[in-house]
Amino acid sequence: MDHFINQFVFGVYPYVAGTVFIFGSLLRFERGQYTWRAMSSQMLTPRSATFQRASVAFHVGILLLFFGHLVGLLTPSWIYESLGLTAAAKQMAAMLAGGLFGFLCLYGITYLLWRRLFVPAVRANSAAMDTFIISLICLQLMTGLGTIVESTGHLDGHTMQLLAHWAQHIVTFRSGAHEFIQDVSWSYKTHILLGMVMFTAFPFSRLVHVWSWPWAYARRHYQIVRQH
Amino acid sequence: MKIRAQIGMVLNLDKCIGCHTCSVTCKNVWTSREGMQYAWFNNVETKPGIGYPKEWESQDKWNGGWVRDAKGRLKPRIGGRWRVLANIFANPDLPSIDDYYEPWDYDYQHMQAAPDLPTMPTARPRSVISGKRMQKIEWGPNWEEILGTEFSSRSRDYNFEGVQKEIYGQFEHTFLMYLPRLCEHCLNPACVAACPSGAIYKREEDGIVLIDQDKCRGWRMCVSGCPYKKVYYNWKSGKSEKCTFCYPRIEVGQPTVCSESCVGRIRYLGVMLYDADCIAEVASVANEQDLYEAQLSMFLDPHNPAVVAEARRAGIPEDWLVAARASPVYKMAMQWKVAFPLHPEYRTLPMVWYCPPLSPIQAAAEAGKIGTNGEIPDIGALRIPVRYLANLLTAGEEQPVVLALERMLAMRAFMRARHVDGEERPTILERVGLTVETVEDMYRYMAIANYEDRFVIPTNKREYAQSLYDGYSERGGCGFSFGSGCDYTGQSSADVFGGKANSRRKFFPIRVEKASDRLDSKEPEHTPWRR
Repeated sequence: MDHFINQFVFGVYPYVAGTVFIFGSLLRFERGQYTWRAMSSQMLTPRSATFQRASVAFHVGILLLFFGHLVGLLTPSWIYESLGLTAAAKQMAAMLAGGLFGFLCLYGITYLLWRRLFVPAVRANSAAMDTFIISLICLQLMTGLGTIVESTGHLDGHTMQLLAHWAQHIVTFRSGAHEFIQDVSWSYKTHILLGMVMFTAFPFSRLVHVWSWPWAYARRHYQIVRQH
Repeated sequence: MKIRAQIGMVLNLDKCIGCHTCSVTCKNVWTSREGMQYAWFNNVETKPGIGYPKEWESQDKWNGGWVRDAKGRLKPRIGGRWRVLANIFANPDLPSIDDYYEPWDYDYQHMQAAPDLPTMPTARPRSVISGKRMQKIEWGPNWEEILGTEFSSRSRDYNFEGVQKEIYGQFEHTFLMYLPRLCEHCLNPACVAACPSGAIYKREEDGIVLIDQDKCRGWRMCVSGCPYKKVYYNWKSGKSEKCTFCYPRIEVGQPTVCSESCVGRIRYLGVMLYDADCIAEVASVANEQDLYEAQLSMFLDPHNPAVVAEARRAGIPEDWLVAARASPVYKMAMQWKVAFPLHPEYRTLPMVWYCPPLSPIQAAAEAGKIGTNGEIPDIGALRIPVRYLANLLTAGEEQPVVLALERMLAMRAFMRARHVDGEERPTILERVGLTVETVEDMYRYMAIANYEDRFVIPTNKREYAQSLYDGYSERGGCGFSFGSGCDYTGQSSADVFGGKANSRRKFFPIRVEKASDRLDSKEPEHTPWRR
């Protein structure tokens, strides 16, 4: 039974989450683009330097964490080993970077979550999904920081390699991915599960604005004239 | 040369009575929705005053508009492209709701549902944002109406720059004027430049600046970029919205709602032809005081055969050229020079222009005699300081404003002589450079202001619309709706992609039973006087 649950959650559900993430985003972009926005509530509260700092810290922190995970999990081990980086050293680097960015992000989200829950103007204009998604990110951040504590107990990089193998098998559609993490600690498993829940919720939440990073702005002309 | 046409507007402030009909009709049509209650695409400010949002004219505070760098190039004052992208997580130049005002509604329900009370029931305000009671309303959409609030607050008005303003705080010397404001539909719009998503655009055929509601991602840089603070963030939809110049009306040849409903008949709409190739050059002239003249130099004479031929080549329809020749905007701005752009120093090349207001002769009140300058009163004796108007309309350059005021005074004096005294006095006109025919035209347009003279709007071309969308697929559709799918009620239900459903007065509790059941437990208990 345990094996079945493990297989379902870490072998099957990642594909469900990924499919919902990709196709849900495409569908929303195609069918309901009017609902595609960052949904900022900045102007609802008085101008404040604390908000500025917290929002920037949160966004910068979470972006660095995301790309850290992307690179850390999906880089095949032979690449960093050929660069002379041992698994243990890579784990240490991951723990330090994750801890640093994690606390940066935690500082930001603590303020933002407080604001969303307890500032009346923001609270009154939060959809259930808004509150859910920020709570989920907060929880996810704390489980992630929890795994760093857990990792201090085994600094050899073995668990990290298991997690990387799982991720690489998932994204390359190889079977048996779930077996790599059958025996890792529940704290890693919780963190992975919450991550996949986040991907599932992504197209239905304000998170879609992540897709819309306006990179094209840096290169366009200032003026836009639409011709008939 | 690249000729484009633009529908421009002139507001004759000399006739504005500050009735707010424009604002209210506009609000009813465009911004009476949840999330936009605080937004006024058109509002009327009493000047002097800090306006709406607070101190919008102070770009030291809000960083709207453009700046010219040492190399003579323009960039948005909020920063160049990379600066804007760096600020995307938290916009440091965004006005908050307090800078506008917290919109509220009243507990009207209480008037009907109140139990027996020792005092009359009252309708108390509630914030429409948080739903909470507002104990004291501190600011509103028109808080400074007719010199409301103390002078020390109002005198933070940016247009007092270079004016010894203290004297105008005294009752005997005070002055006021109205300033109706809407989006300027600029030739060099800063909101377009600031939009990271590229959702804001200027329409080529009529110059109207619009926000593509599908492409807008709610980064809110346009709100900061616009120096007139005429782009508003809809906190309900998460998109920015702005004055549309009532484009569905303009397209079929009707005036905008604010113009149509103006009881003072102060608004004029007409076609202006301009050379789009000089926008960058004109907007970046070194001296701010030259911006008004520079902008005038962009406009092309629709009576000039060379211009007409070039316009035809550029594909401007024939009826637009006819309209351009009859344009009241062209007459007032170019021929009579009585209309001016609002704050040209923001370098956005605005296209909503203003005739400065005349004001009572101050000296007359003091000594019973009127200072005259030949046959018309001395402009320096007007109650509103010329420098104040110049700061508003010509970046502080007084001469053009003085000439416009003199021309308006000369028109009055000449027509009064003709109609009241039964005399022709063309000498009045000579000094201000007008002929009898011109002043008769001015009188017809500015004093009589018939509907047909005020609004000369060519219709949009069917061919334009066809290339934008195919009418057959739109037939039976629902047009613009909120969210995905048709929405017939105006209140969307939440769809699968989240967002909070629109609501109306969700927060006003309907009181059913005794006073002790009241939602707000802090209220004192009243004993019904009749049991």
